Amino acid sequence: MSPDDDSLIAELLAGKHRALARVISKIEDRSPGYRDLVSALYEHTGGADVIGITGSPGAGKSTLVDKLAQRYRDRDETVGIIAIDPSSPFTGGAVLGDRIRMASAVGDMDVFVRSMSARGTLGGLSTATMDAVTAMDAFGKDKIIVETVGAGQNEIDVVRAAETVAVLVPPGSGDSIQTLKAGILEIADVFVVNKADRDGADRTVQELREMIELESGHGFETAGHHGSNSTRNRHGTVLDEGRGGADDGDRDASQQRWRPPIVETVATTGEGVDSFIGELGAHREFLERSGEGVEKARKRHAEEIRTLLREDLNATLETELDRSGGVETLAETVRRGETDPYTVADEVLAPVTDCLEELDADESDCE
Amino acid sequence: MVSTQEGRSIRCLVSKVGLDGHDRGAHVIARAFRDAGFEVIYSGLHKAPEEIVQAAVQEDVDVLGISILSGAHDTLVPKIMDGLAEYDAKDDTLVLVGGVIPDEDRQELRDAGVAAIFGPGTSIEETIEFVRENAPER
Repeated sequence: MSPDDDSLIAELLAGKHRALARVISKIEDRSPGYRDLVSALYEHTGGADVIGITGSPGAGKSTLVDKLAQRYRDRDETVGIIAIDPSSPFTGGAVLGDRIRMASAVGDMDVFVRSMSARGTLGGLSTATMDAVTAMDAFGKDKIIVETVGAGQNEIDVVRAAETVAVLVPPGSGDSIQTLKAGILEIADVFVVNKADRDGADRTVQELREMIELESGHGFETAGHHGSNSTRNRHGTVLDEGRGGADDGDRDASQQRWRPPIVETVATTGEGVDSFIGELGAHREFLERSGEGVEKARKRHAEEIRTLLREDLNATLETELDRSGGVETLAETVRRGETDPYTVADEVLAPVTDCLEELDADESDCE
Repeated sequence: MVSTQEGRSIRCLVSKVGLDGHDRGAHVIARAFRDAGFEVIYSGLHKAPEEIVQAAVQEDVDVLGISILSGAHDTLVPKIMDGLAEYDAKDDTLVLVGGVIPDEDRQELRDAGVAAIFGPGTSIEETIEFVRENAPER
């Protein structure tokens, strides 16, 4: 690592905001040496809770994230926010507007808001996001909130960076609930019906509840599980004192399997944010208790390793291609009928295969 | 090296500072910057100098554009520059001021570290060109 990067790391670990900002830029740009940076930061991570927030455009993600950050700050916890907005597929340009809605973070450097553009890259976004989370974690943030773009396949990718995923559903989105079934239901740890003061909120909650019940299959009633604002009291009570036979069943079930609760919020006024925070905490507790947190972390790291390996192999392949005379030359031999693409691919790949096996061995070591 | 270069993108913060509610110009600039392929963070209206400094530092922008039409540039801009200096961000941030700035005030702003001042009638192309040529190398 270059001496500049060394001092950058030292400054970041010392809590210098500028250094954190610069490291995230290097991560975003994939600038030379960024991988060494992230790798050096890794040993300092593990302290942060990572929360992902996703949902359709206009669902109120930014406003809710702002309120979340405010509550965490009230509890003296430091917050990092990564807000992702789409970029233009034509120019690569972007207007990153989430910051405007994060008014309560203003003037408080302990809320570190970073806007990221999706930059339209293939899967690159999720890697950059994960690395940015690593940087914030190493910096010492207690809570890291990742807010995804409004729609698209990316959000599921991005969410891999988070331990707890909240999906925002605006009221009256009966049709969009249909589309939720396939994708978002599977990634949600907590459902948030935001704008709960609007018409149709009750129906949306009802529809979600039915969907969750179908999904979980066991038919445990949710009554008593949510609907009260005393979620914070519920921590511990559920664990420490049984509340009758039915509850034991619930407890057993909840130890093995998480059922996504539904929280109703009005982000603009802050209503319901406390019970949302309660459910986030409950999920965190569940992850620790059930061992699923360990499982999730393992999966996440496996995915990271795979992604990095793919990047490495791609680079190696490019080098091999150059060594074989470049793809143009090879293509020309095929055009002249001297060989065929399959044979060429085999030939180019042959020296790489050894390399690949070696890397595969590394991967299983790490897992 | 070549493959990593394509990731580099010019980041700009377009900001409105102080008691000045005219943001049409800022919107036009934000849009034009976006179309030029820059990543634009818009601050929103009525920001205090500290808020702009906070955003500029956290977002690690290459370019900070300050739009002022209120006439308070002589107090607000130096405050922003001082704030940037406090976070070691002054030297490698290209600071531009847009708006109505009387000629006699311009030198003072330049002395404070403002790279360019774009008054009424400046073409958008000119501004974009200036950013492309002067965005700091990092």
